[in-house]
Amino acid sequence: MAKLTIKRLSPEEEFPDLSQHNNHMAKVLTQDMYTKLRDRATPNGFTIDGVIQTGIDNPGHPFIMTVGCVAGDEETYEVFKELLDPIIEDRHGGYKPTDKHKTDLNPDNLKGGDDLDPNYVISSRVRTGRSIRGFCLPPHCSRGERRGVEKMSVEALDSLSGDLKGKYYALKNMTDAEQQQLIDDHFLFDKPVSPLLLASGMARDWPDGRGIWHNDTKTFLVWVNEEDHLRVISMQKGGNMKEVFNRFCTGLTKIETLFKDKGTSFMWNEHLGYVLTCPSNLGTGLRAGVHVKIPNMSKHDKFEEVLKRLRLQKRGTGGVDTAAVGGTFDISNADRLGFSEVELVQMVVDGVKLLVEMEKKLEKGQSIDDLMPAQK
Amino acid sequence: MANNFGRILSSKRNVGILSLIGAGSLTAGFLLNREHVTAGAQARRVYPASAEYPDLRKHNNCMASHLTPAIYAKLVDKATPNGYSLDQAIQTGVDNPGHPFIKTVGMVAGDEESYEVFADLLDPVIKERHNGYDPQIMTHPTDLDSSKLTSGNFDERYVLSSRVRTGRSIRGLSLPPACTRAERREVERVVVDALAGLKGDLAGTYYSLTHMTDQEQQQLIDDHFLFDKPVSPLLTCSGMARDWPDARGIWHNNTKTFLIWINEEDHTRVISMEKGGNMKRVFDRFCTGLKEVERLIQEKGWEFMWNERLGYILTCPSNLGTGLRAGVHVNLPKLSKDPRFTKILDNLRLQKRGTGGVDTAAVGSTFDISNLDRLGQSEVQLVQTVVDGVNYLIDCEKKLEKGQDIKIPPPFKK
Repeated sequence: MAKLTIKRLSPEEEFPDLSQHNNHMAKVLTQDMYTKLRDRATPNGFTIDGVIQTGIDNPGHPFIMTVGCVAGDEETYEVFKELLDPIIEDRHGGYKPTDKHKTDLNPDNLKGGDDLDPNYVISSRVRTGRSIRGFCLPPHCSRGERRGVEKMSVEALDSLSGDLKGKYYALKNMTDAEQQQLIDDHFLFDKPVSPLLLASGMARDWPDGRGIWHNDTKTFLVWVNEEDHLRVISMQKGGNMKEVFNRFCTGLTKIETLFKDKGTSFMWNEHLGYVLTCPSNLGTGLRAGVHVKIPNMSKHDKFEEVLKRLRLQKRGTGGVDTAAVGGTFDISNADRLGFSEVELVQMVVDGVKLLVEMEKKLEKGQSIDDLMPAQK
Repeated sequence: MANNFGRILSSKRNVGILSLIGAGSLTAGFLLNREHVTAGAQARRVYPASAEYPDLRKHNNCMASHLTPAIYAKLVDKATPNGYSLDQAIQTGVDNPGHPFIKTVGMVAGDEESYEVFADLLDPVIKERHNGYDPQIMTHPTDLDSSKLTSGNFDERYVLSSRVRTGRSIRGLSLPPACTRAERREVERVVVDALAGLKGDLAGTYYSLTHMTDQEQQQLIDDHFLFDKPVSPLLTCSGMARDWPDARGIWHNNTKTFLIWINEEDHTRVISMEKGGNMKRVFDRFCTGLKEVERLIQEKGWEFMWNERLGYILTCPSNLGTGLRAGVHVNLPKLSKDPRFTKILDNLRLQKRGTGGVDTAAVGSTFDISNLDRLGQSEVQLVQTVVDGVNYLIDCEKKLEKGQDIKIPPPFKK
């Protein structure tokens, strides 16, 4: 093991000033907790200061509560339990340290979802993340590890066949023509600019070890070494969420099998489900969503209440932190942990169906009161 | 180096140095809780240097020019006594490939010892950046006797303002890329404590970035004194903006002619400035102020980082030696349009910048003119170079006004 030398003054002198801060980490971290945790490191040498740096550098916003910490490796969630468990509980609707998370990637368990009205639902998408066990996560990985993740992932993806067969485009070797095509397809990801991400160290050595893989039909896409080891995306135009989810599950399961053949696996455990860099993406790491035209519904004064009861969230069509354009919203599940993949996609399918029904009623000038859902 | 380190440990308050070597050893206060390791987890793969070597093919900076795979392999497993590594030192140069026309340095020091431990890389970088100065065989002269300066009063019809700046680091505390929060706060405490002891025309007030009132902030902006969180990726990628604005602040004297930045890119940046052309007075105050601050910190058992080889030690290798930039804002409407302007500046060992500082454009025909060099010549020599050079430029401007011809001066000889 490499030498690990840390110079420190007393824990009181090192404790961060969080008086202006509004994020989950700042709410939970006390002097006593810091004093206890700073004497530990994960077997890979990740320390409490590494976990919390992004939350110190980004005080947050009075209205938006960010997480304020990241994991540097799988062991972070164990070694720094005292900090991360309460953050997870707060962020994930009361999920306790003793709770167990269900994983269900059997698409046959999804009811319906193939008949969302394409006059309203423009596109359907499911995304998640996966981490490769044995490698450090983006905030802490070395260049060699990051390249190892890339190599292993590309080997696995290259052996996919049928409608999943595709090609890898490394960010640093991309030709101008390839780059333009990926931009036109809305596939290309760029170096993060958000200080929330940069402050965690995950953009180091950009673009080394980063790339995009997609299948020939452009319906299954994998990002390598952006905010997580892998981000897996299944998407297509129209409202057939069932097909999107089928492909998602099939693809993921195939990739996981390929990794097992190589003697490794995805980071997963019974309590936290799939382990990712940001605690907000634990469990399923899944966001299933649609772009849907609901100009009337979105102006209704009960819109927020309906979303809340359906356990859905709205975003602009540019993704997180963007505004909606012309009454078209990105509607997706609000939860990640404590529900299975099938359960979350079911919520989206049922919820969007209801929203479209409500939109149609409002178009006709009718009331939606009798359609108001119960809290899920 | 070992002697310095030992002396620091014995003379300062308790600094905890914790180290873990190998899988099973423990040292005081540091626990590796084996029971926290997930059962069945694979051991971290340790890659050979060749797998970790950065891809520098698209890079144009001094670090990329000199970091061969052999040097990388030699240095990658080393760390300074504070735990600073090569990968950390070069991160900014890996993340910022540079520009075909502008060659940046591409690396920083995390502490004083970085310049020793990573000398195999830093020495050639220093040699390239500082015009052939070879740290292995040369020594750097320090001279803060401002009485030696001659002709330091410029024609104020041309020179609008005069300024001298440098940086100083507090020995025993890590530099901004690597310091912990407590070390940074200690730098602030040590320096602010010393500055409180300044008297006469040097007496002043400290404004901490964290505690500044809106009114104080506005005043500092109006005075053009306020510095903000760096946005340049050259700086942020080195880690020096962590924990902003904790322990950062600005001190200035009551007459607003002597200013100190605390914990921005360096532990301290020291600035002496005035409107007008009295560079002599600016340099006098600069030297007096610096020496007085040094005396005050020494009373408490601290000192500046300095050695014979490299002069004053700062975060960026480009600021070694004197760390000094002496400059003026000067109006040169005719000369600046003359095609020989650049060559004249080169031969005078001067550089031009816009009046907003580095990487800004000139406004009208007013330029910031300052010394190019930092290392290998003393403070007195460099400021004299600026004085002689600016006087020459003003002379050219006057000649051009009268319709007379000007000459390119011979290349500067030390």
